[in-house]
Amino acid sequence: MSEPDAAATEPTAEPTAPAPSAYQLIRRALLHPGRGQVSAAVLLVILGIAGVTQVRLAGSDDEYAGMRQADLVQALNGLQAASRRNEQDIRDLQNTRDSLKDNNDKTAAALKQARDELVTLGILAGTSTATGPGVRITVTVAEDGQLTLNNLLDGIEELRDAGAEAMEINDAVRVVAQTSFETADNGINVDGRVLTAPFVIDAIGDPDSLATALNFPGGFVDDLRPDHAHVGIKKRQKIEVTVLRRAVEPRYAESP
Amino acid sequence: MIAIIGLLVGVALGLFLKPDVPIGMEPYLPIAVVAALDAVFGALRAFLDGLFDDKVFVVSFVSNVFIAALIVFLGDKLGVGAQLSTGVIVVLGIRIFANVAAIRRHVFHA
Repeated sequence: MSEPDAAATEPTAEPTAPAPSAYQLIRRALLHPGRGQVSAAVLLVILGIAGVTQVRLAGSDDEYAGMRQADLVQALNGLQAASRRNEQDIRDLQNTRDSLKDNNDKTAAALKQARDELVTLGILAGTSTATGPGVRITVTVAEDGQLTLNNLLDGIEELRDAGAEAMEINDAVRVVAQTSFETADNGINVDGRVLTAPFVIDAIGDPDSLATALNFPGGFVDDLRPDHAHVGIKKRQKIEVTVLRRAVEPRYAESP
Repeated sequence: MIAIIGLLVGVALGLFLKPDVPIGMEPYLPIAVVAALDAVFGALRAFLDGLFDDKVFVVSFVSNVFIAALIVFLGDKLGVGAQLSTGVIVVLGIRIFANVAAIRRHVFHA
């Protein structure tokens, strides 16, 4: 590899002649090229081709093209490690997503349950309207007759016993657990409202059961006959209980 | 003059023909080019010293390229190809600097 240097240091043909200056040498070589330049020119052609090709390769887009095997293996290892890391990330994120989805589902289920419960409790407490199959009981009383408090209470208890889920009287009072009944001068005081005949009781439940319960021997209808009252029971596929009752926050009772 | 024309012809050929380099040769091409450059600068220096000999140039050019490629090839076989090619480039670079310094002294007397 040191030939040029050797050539540069070894003395040749005319060591004693006065050395021509660099410019003289260059001018002479340019104007009067010797045969020696031909072989140099051939090699320089090769160098030109190789150099341009290498520049083109180095500048090409494919960054892996000129790499040797060891480098490629290293690059591959790096990529594999990155791939593993990314896969781990994907798994973690998927787990997070699944747990969030799970939470969301649980929340949704709890919410649905709470809503269902709200509807149920609303119907029971009288804070929401209710519709469904049931019976409409109309009690008309003769001039000298009277629907007593006991009669009405019996009737309501029988309806409850038969599974009545929502009840209202005269489209004015909703009958719930806290409803109070009292005798009034010319009627019955229900929850502070004086109701007078004719009484109309709307009850939602299984119409057949409700009707049967009232017609039971010794029951509501039987009891009222001596008092010259007339009881009409109509089974309906759609009874609407629209009277609402204000929900009251319990002051003394609390659930353990 | 002929030499300069030869270099220009080579560049033009490389640009127009866009020769494909065999995959196995790709790692050696840059080393070979640098080794050839070293030989060219050595020849230029010898020329300015008045000692240029075309036979010496041809032999130095070919052997430079061959030995550089051989070293890198051996390095690849021994598993230190990247390091050895770096070493070859460094050595050749130092030699090119030294030759260019001598040429500069001839041309600019500085």
